[in-house]
Amino acid sequence: MNFVLIFLITIFSLSLFFYGRSKTKSIAIEKNIKLNALPKFYGYYLVLWCSIPSLVFLLIWSLFEPVIIKSIIIETAANQGAIFNDKNEANLIYEKIKAIHLGTYFGDIDSILRESALAYAKFINLFTNSKVVLIFAIVIVSVIYSLKKINKNNKARDDVEIILKGLLFVSSLIAILTTLGIIFSLLFESIKFFSVINIFDYLFGTNWSPQRAFVRDASSITAAEFEELKDAFGFIPLIAGTTFIAFIAMLVAVPIGLFSGIYMAEYASLKIRRISKPIIEILAGIPTVVYGFFAALTVGPFFRQIGENFGLTVSSESALAAGLIMGIMIIPYVSSLSDDVINSVPQSLRDGSYAIGATKSETIKKVVIPAALPGIIGSILLAVSRAIGETMIVVMAAGLAANLTINPLESTTTITTQIVMILVGDQEFDSPKTQSAFALGLTLFIATLILNYIAQRAVKKYREKYD
Amino acid sequence: MTKEQRLKKRHNAEKRFRFYGLASIFFALLFVLILVHNIFSKGSSAFMKTAINVEVFYDKDLLELEPGVSEEEILEADFFDITIESLLKVYPAKNMDEEDALIELFTTDAEIEIKKAFLKNKNLIGKKINLEITASDDIDQLHKGNYPRDLPEDRRRISNFQLEIYDALVENKTINKNFNNYFFKNGDSRDPEIAGIGGALVGSFYSILICLLLAFPVAVLASIYLEEFAPKNKITDFIEININNLAAVPSIVYGLLALQILLATIQLPRSTPLVAGITLALMTLPRIIIPCRASLKAVPPSIREGALAVGASKFQSVFHHVVPLALPGTLSGTIIGLAQALGETAPLILIGMVAFVVDIPSTPIDPSSSLPVQVYLWSESAERGFVEKTSATIMMLLSFLIVMNFLAVYLRQKFEKRWN
Repeated sequence: MNFVLIFLITIFSLSLFFYGRSKTKSIAIEKNIKLNALPKFYGYYLVLWCSIPSLVFLLIWSLFEPVIIKSIIIETAANQGAIFNDKNEANLIYEKIKAIHLGTYFGDIDSILRESALAYAKFINLFTNSKVVLIFAIVIVSVIYSLKKINKNNKARDDVEIILKGLLFVSSLIAILTTLGIIFSLLFESIKFFSVINIFDYLFGTNWSPQRAFVRDASSITAAEFEELKDAFGFIPLIAGTTFIAFIAMLVAVPIGLFSGIYMAEYASLKIRRISKPIIEILAGIPTVVYGFFAALTVGPFFRQIGENFGLTVSSESALAAGLIMGIMIIPYVSSLSDDVINSVPQSLRDGSYAIGATKSETIKKVVIPAALPGIIGSILLAVSRAIGETMIVVMAAGLAANLTINPLESTTTITTQIVMILVGDQEFDSPKTQSAFALGLTLFIATLILNYIAQRAVKKYREKYD
Repeated sequence: MTKEQRLKKRHNAEKRFRFYGLASIFFALLFVLILVHNIFSKGSSAFMKTAINVEVFYDKDLLELEPGVSEEEILEADFFDITIESLLKVYPAKNMDEEDALIELFTTDAEIEIKKAFLKNKNLIGKKINLEITASDDIDQLHKGNYPRDLPEDRRRISNFQLEIYDALVENKTINKNFNNYFFKNGDSRDPEIAGIGGALVGSFYSILICLLLAFPVAVLASIYLEEFAPKNKITDFIEININNLAAVPSIVYGLLALQILLATIQLPRSTPLVAGITLALMTLPRIIIPCRASLKAVPPSIREGALAVGASKFQSVFHHVVPLALPGTLSGTIIGLAQALGETAPLILIGMVAFVVDIPSTPIDPSSSLPVQVYLWSESAERGFVEKTSATIMMLLSFLIVMNFLAVYLRQKFEKRWN
């Protein structure tokens, strides 16, 4: 139905374009007046008035229709005597009613379901009909309004440009809407989570085992269950594992990234630079799932083999393998940013150093790097935020059990791994286990936000100093 | 220490420092090579499949079909008996156990393959024909040399008797390697020999298409607004801060957003390319806006002023002059953003694309997988055959990314104007 409507609106708008264009032309000739804009702008004007209000209305309607129908149907089913204890059962009944309406339900149909299905059909009909009528009304009203304007020889180009400018502004607002969407969706579930689990139990607990919290309904928890839950969501092992793996990654990425950045900025000839820079950046373009596969199937078993040769027990899902591969992934983030930063150190500083007889490396160590330090630290912080938000490598190559350990040969888990583990497969939307994933997401979001903020400020301050 | 010694020491330090730099670059290059070599050496064999030449006799009595049957009757007919009969003729088996072992050498889809051959040529009733029947995963891996045959029998998945048959087949040259069309055509399967990336390819294509259709126009319009029209005020600053932050938000957070808003609130269908496309579009948007703005900024003000000077409106100067000049940069930024979206896995896992989907999706609202998610799914499987399938999927994914990146570089170098 929606497609038909959109199609009709499009066709109608197009024909209005040609109508508007020729109409204004003929008016101009008939009355021998000068038009205030090129004839095509009158066409555009009609098109915009015909399509935008009706399409916006259609979009809003389509977003809210299912939700409203659902609440009405569940209510009528309840009035007719359907029994459901919680939201999930209500959803199930709603899905059944929908399936009966579509003729795809093959279970037993009792009178309540049949009645509700009839009611559902009635409401769907009603809503569709009123949607069509309203949209036609909107199109007619807005077209009549715009035709009147055209007949008065309005400044169509200015009006079109104002509308288009509004459209541009709305597109740039999508960024804000996305941020708001992230914050609300994370906060919404997190607040529910923290109403069950004390925030201090979460932040300072040392035991993470959410599989214990298999509770269907968060509102009816017994005291014993509550004690269980209290102890199941300790954040400490996760943040420890995350920082530990990120630390190993930075041990790899910082020296290699920094040295290659310095080499490319200070030593490399244009030719070497032109070849090596894109190749290092390939590392950033490889999908992380590929790194994860490599870490899990090649690097992990390889370390295990080496460990066995030395008589060490190495877990095949060791923090070392995950951290090492993650570090390699992050090299280009460190190298290209520090390359940029070093490049923007003024040449006069270097020349001063050379003039008193310093070698190139001495100049770099004593003059260039100290001058570029805020920028370099900024780039490292950006890399850290990349490392703690990285998901696939740790999901595939680090462990699942939350061990509080600093042995790189054992397996540890991270925030992102736990989010994936909790949310993969079927979820109970109202259980503390699912909600804990959103609390973890919120924590991750805040942590990366802070890191990015500091990093961007550092880089910006540094740039302002020398620009 | 004399002056000369000190100088020598300093020069040695200089050389060392230089060497560290070169060594780091070399290490990065080496890793790229190792990774690519590892993936290619594991994955290239997946493009071939092992097939065994079998003489199939379409026995009229066993099939219970008359000449000139309709297609529906064939689809419903039972080809199991003639499948077993034909497969057993490959090698003499003495007892039931040996017969079972013999049949295990073939794919579980052998019956379907025999039926398909019959569907192609309905005059085969009562006739004999030689067909290449796909071998089971174990034989496939053995024939490709990925499976060690010198293990003791109780640790092997292939029995001594099966090895004997295999050797006889190799000697008769009835076992061949053919192009693996299943790998491109089929959807996911529990059996590696008939599992393919067809579903994942289509799923990825739909997701990226939706992502492109949503992200590209919005990103271009938003960057035009921010670069050309936006007044310098708090709202503009706020939008800019938001875009920069969004570009750095971990991708898994977008998965949580999609789960809560798209699946739980708006109730779009789970595991579908539609939801994947919207999620990826939200994620890619800031990453496209940033290069788009850079390429708009690179157009010199003289272009705008020239247009304004001959009486164009602000809009006309932007849309007729600035935007066409900035288009190559915009497009290449978009392609790179899409390449990143194509390799993205974590948010897609959260919206349920890890579901086991056998059918190839026909519309964007059918459940499906995507290439990177397929890599993740198969890498978790225990069967040996999935290792080569995973590597081959990665090869496909990487080659798409390479093509997209080359396209982006080409667009920029060929069409972008340099302003000096």
